Amino acid sequence: MSGLFRSVLRAVQVGAATCRPKNFDAHVSVVPARLFCASAGENDLGEMVKKDKVVVFMKGTPAQPMCGFSNAVVQILRMHGVENYASYNVLEDQDLRQGVKTFSNWPTIPQVFFNGEFVGGCDILLQMHQNGDLVEELKKLGIRSALLDVEKDEKSK
Amino acid sequence: MLHRVLRNTRPLLSTLSFSWNTVLARPRMDTSRPVERTIRAKLTQALDPKHLEVLNESHMHAVPAGSESHFRVLVVSSCFDGLSLLQRHRLVNEALRDELSSSVHALAIQAKTPEQWQEHPTLAKSPPCLGGSKHDGTMAQKLKAAQD
Repeated sequence: MSGLFRSVLRAVQVGAATCRPKNFDAHVSVVPARLFCASAGENDLGEMVKKDKVVVFMKGTPAQPMCGFSNAVVQILRMHGVENYASYNVLEDQDLRQGVKTFSNWPTIPQVFFNGEFVGGCDILLQMHQNGDLVEELKKLGIRSALLDVEKDEKSK
Repeated sequence: MLHRVLRNTRPLLSTLSFSWNTVLARPRMDTSRPVERTIRAKLTQALDPKHLEVLNESHMHAVPAGSESHFRVLVVSSCFDGLSLLQRHRLVNEALRDELSSSVHALAIQAKTPEQWQEHPTLAKSPPCLGGSKHDGTMAQKLKAAQD
């Protein structure tokens, strides 16, 4: 298992095999990629990032990430039980890829948005996960992190 | 008279000789790893770090050997005091704006205050590559930009 996931799991204090959110499915459901109109601009991106509570611009899809950093974002969200989010594959659309970088003034992919607000990339999401901030931010979105249930189960034993 | 002149000249000649040898034996300019050196210089100038690590992680990705396209930086600086993670990362991005818009394809960032670094002096590891660069039409352009 990679060093990244070892550090993630240490922070969680449970093994990955036992970290199963209620709606976890071994076959990850693919969030349908929504097409980005090549001629659309900042307004459309503004709408895209607000339409869903959690929006991820990534390389590949949640079912098949094409980049280690994008995969890390998918895995972290999955650990928290966040499966139902909008994801956009920038490898399929260069206009989208450049557009989102300009929109968020952020030079790299992946990019994560919560309630229309830019959160950061893989590094920031990982640190938020490790320091507990991600649980709090998800709570503000009305999403209960699956890790709270795992923690509850551990305490009740 | 001549003897006296020669005696006085000897130290001068030795000095000149030494200088001439020094001039001839100039150290070779290190022209390797230009992008890495630029990143290091720019982060040092912009953030006055107490500790700085710049790692070329291109060998971990689907790019030719010797590429300078994927980097990890660890910056420990008092400039980050009171700033959110996003603000810190934006400072780093801003310092490396030119590189990020040309040759650098990926930049992993750890931005810590000196106190945070003292508490937990660990360099994070990047996740394994999933080969995205192979399917990335813009990579050729970036790799060329690094060579130019």
